[in-house]
Formats: sequence, structure tokens, C-alpha cells
Amino acid sequence: MTARKFTPAIKSLFLYLLLFIFLIPFIMILMNSFKKTQQFVESPLSFPSSIGFENYANAFKKMDFLQGFVNSMLITVVSVILIVIFSSMTGYLFVRFKWKVNTILFFIMLASMTLPFQVIMIPLVMLYGNMDLLNMKSTLLFMYLGFGIPFGVFTFHGFIKGVPLELEESAYIEGSSRLRTFFQVVLPLLKPVVVTLVVLDVLWIWNDYLLPSLVLISPGLKTLPLSTYAFFSSYSVDYSPLMAGLIMTIIPVLVLYLFLQNQIIKGITEGALK
Amino acid sequence: MNKKMYLRNTGTFLLFGGPAVFAFAAVVFIPFIVGLFLTFTNWDVRIGDSSLVGFSNYVEVFKDKTFLTQLWFTIKYVFFTVLISNLMAFFIALALTSGLKGEKWLRTGFFTPNLIGGIVLGYLWQTLFSQVLPYLGKKYEWALFSSSWLTNTDTAFWALVIATAWQFVGYLMIIYIAGFSGVPGDVLEAASIDGANRSTILRRITLPLSVPAIVICIFISISRSFLTYDINLALTKGGPFNSTELASYHIVQKAFLSNQYGVGQAEAVVLFAVVAVFALTQSYLLKRLEVES
Repeated sequence: MTARKFTPAIKSLFLYLLLFIFLIPFIMILMNSFKKTQQFVESPLSFPSSIGFENYANAFKKMDFLQGFVNSMLITVVSVILIVIFSSMTGYLFVRFKWKVNTILFFIMLASMTLPFQVIMIPLVMLYGNMDLLNMKSTLLFMYLGFGIPFGVFTFHGFIKGVPLELEESAYIEGSSRLRTFFQVVLPLLKPVVVTLVVLDVLWIWNDYLLPSLVLISPGLKTLPLSTYAFFSSYSVDYSPLMAGLIMTIIPVLVLYLFLQNQIIKGITEGALK
Repeated sequence: MNKKMYLRNTGTFLLFGGPAVFAFAAVVFIPFIVGLFLTFTNWDVRIGDSSLVGFSNYVEVFKDKTFLTQLWFTIKYVFFTVLISNLMAFFIALALTSGLKGEKWLRTGFFTPNLIGGIVLGYLWQTLFSQVLPYLGKKYEWALFSSSWLTNTDTAFWALVIATAWQFVGYLMIIYIAGFSGVPGDVLEAASIDGANRSTILRRITLPLSVPAIVICIFISISRSFLTYDINLALTKGGPFNSTELASYHIVQKAFLSNQYGVGQAEAVVLFAVVAVFALTQSYLLKRLEVES
């Protein structure tokens, strides 16, 4: 009996140990982000002799953190709002109005979800470059909307199919318009799917590198992942501020994760199983 | 009346679907079609001129030794990344569904690397591989770490695999956990009452019943790792001497550094075909192992 009780404890301990090893890369960077470059090079394994924030101040300036953060925030928030609004409306349209054009469009969107970004990237940059639309935040927002639509429509389509018609019908009888019915009666019911979609899209857009690196060129427009490149622009890399910069870039998502852990895990699971 | 209805429906379509359909067409659909067309032209940004060249871009792709070497390098990278990340995720998920205390915390911890974007994650590992591990190698005279892994093709390969697998494990673990919760508890209990030991239960019950989760995880990890760009850029920058350029990285270079849009796009189409063949073949093969509980 004692042996049986004992095993789970050992198993837990083993897993915590494994987790610790798994997170060592992260811990190493965090620990060394407080050291001067020389101390880091001489003894990367020791604890920092004092907790100094010079590296952070340094990195903050070097990567223009504030600008990058504001840009990332703006692009993520606005893109996600646009994706949620327009894909929920389109999902609703495709479920409730079974016109031929809707069926065809829905099929094309589903098929497009198999396309990797790499197949679209070159003509995309070429076309928008020809129209002189590159190097603008609004173009990037528009592109995220376009790339986010198929999965958004697909997600809402699946959920709206299960929403009973009666509620909408009674709203129509009371003389509500199609648009008002959607926003007042249907949209509030979609909350669980909205959460899933927001989680997935925020993580995607916040961390995305390739698309913004192709669209945004001016330094003032750069998002956080693009700003980290600043540490590699000179021939030799100054590692201490780099590590501080990496930690600062990771922290916003980590804070979000601590608060919305359950929703994020749920969103990831649902997104993957579709 | 009919005409009025038609107008009203057109209005509804434009109002509800207009913005989404427009953005989708302008960002995904039209570029995709233009992209297919592009592979049959010799479009060059420097000249700004193009003419139809038939299949010569595709011929070029298959004659390009560098691209073929890199495609093979990518396939090896995908194989080991998928293998390692799925094995780890599978067993961690298995341990985290056995009713231990603190499962939620452990799950949260293992998932964390997945929140970090590829570029930041790549720089993080770049620091470890180029600074910390060589330090250990020198201090404790470990030949394995005596020089930076990133300066040698073979070790840089493993650096790429490790960094990518580190990112994937948490994500795949979540899917495996969801898959295992579909394995009915009474079946497991019946088996253990009948005297089946742990490894028998794993082989005969848990494994067959979680085939759907395995198919999804392998599908996702294959298609993602084939398209790796960020980690490649941040960790090795394709070096030393372009020997660790993954296919996706090569395509970006070809198009935006060498300005060969036509060939670059043809390579992207070929890469897409390769990914599709691998991902669908594994689904087809593994799905046949599926059973019902």
C-alpha cells in the first residue's frame, strides 16, 4: 500500500525535474539578462552578482521597445477585431443564406486553408509593391484580415450551424433588420468561438515575423519581433542587452498567458482539432 | 417583387460578406492565381519585364543542385523534428493524464515555449548554442560542446531540430492530452483488473485508441516544420556557408535577395507539393490503424 502511494509522488517529482530541465534555456537567458556582458561570457552559470537593470534600459533604447510595442499592439488588436467582425458576419451569411455563390465561396475559402504562406508571399509582395502599397501599417492590417478570414469563417460557420433559427425569426417579426438582428441576437451567442479565435489570432499575429518583415521597411513601423534584429545589426553581438530585449519581448505574452491560461489552452485545443 | 428581393439579397451579401470576400480575394486568391502564372514567366524585378517561358522555371528548380540539396536537408530536419517532438509530447501527455497532483501547473509549464515566436526563440537558442554551451565545453572539457554547434553543418542541423522541437512539444502535448481524454476509463480499468500490465495497456489500448490524435499531431508537425523560416533565420542564418538553409529560407532568399521571382515561386509551389504528399501519405497510412473502442 505504501509503495502505491509513493509512486505518484516520485512521478510528480520526476515530471517537475523534467519541466525544470525543459525550461532551462529560458531560465538561463533570464538569469544572464541581469549580468554585464563580461560576467556573462566569463561565468554564464553563476547567479548575477547584483540585480541590475542597465541591460534592460540599454535594450529598451536600442530596439526602440516602446515604438515596437505600440506598433505590435496596434496591429494585433485592430487586425483581430477586423477578423472577428467580418468573418463572423460572413460565416452567418454562408450558413443562413444557401445561395450558390455562398457555397462556392465557402468551398474556395476552405480549400485555401491548405495553402502555406510561402506560396502566396512572392506574388503578394510583387502586387502590393507595384501598387506602391508596401511599407504601411494599414496594408499589413488588410493582409492579416485576408489571411485570417478563411479560418475565421470556417470556425464561425461550424458554430452558427448549431444556433437555432427561432431567436432570429422572432427578432425579424418584431421588424429588426438583418444587420441589427445579427449584432443584437446572433453575435452575443458566439462568445465561446470568439474567445477561441481571438486567442489563436493574437498569438499568430503578435509573434509573426515573415509577413511584417516583407511589408514594413521603415524603422518607425517595426513590430517587436522585427525590432529584435537591432541587436544583430553590427558585426559582433552584444549579448547582455540582447537577452534583456528577448525577455522584454516575451513578457507581454507571458503575462497574457498567466491571466488567460484556461482560455488559451482551450482555444489551442479547439483550433488544432478542427 | 422578385427584383426587390434580388436587390435586398444582393445588399445582404455585400453588407455581410463584402469586406471579408474582398480582403480574401485581394490577399489570398488573386495572389495565388498570379503566383501560378508567375511560375511560367521570367519575371525579374531589376528589368521589370517578363515574357512567358513555359515550364523552364520548374526545369530550373529540378536542375538547381543547391535547392535539391536543401530540400533533402529539409526532409531530414522534418523527420527528426517530427519524431522527437511527437515522442516527447506523447509521453509527457501520457504522464499528465494519469491523475497526478499539479498536472495543471506542469501542463502550463511545458506549453510555455510555444507562446514565444520563432524569431525570439531562435535568438534565445542562438545565445545558448554560441555562448553558454561552448563555455561548458571548455570548462568541463566536453568534446561535444568544445566549439559552437552553429559553426558546423552537422551540429547546426541538430541545433535547428532541438530548437524547433522545443517549440512544438507543448502544442502537441495539448492535442495528445485531448486525445487521451477520449480513451474511456472503464476500458483501462477492465484491462488492469484482467491483469494487463502498464506496457500492455499502452500498446494494446491507449496507442490504438489515440491514433486520431497521433494523425493530427504528425500532420501538424510535418506541415509546420517543412515551412520553418523564423528559427532558421535567427539561429543559423543559413550558415555556415549556406549549408543549413531550409527550403523556406532558400525561397525567401531566391525571391527577395536574388530577385528571381519566377524560379522562387516555382520552388514555393514544389515545396507545397512536397509538404502535401508527406502530410497526406502519413494520414492515409496511419488512419488504417484506427480502431473503435
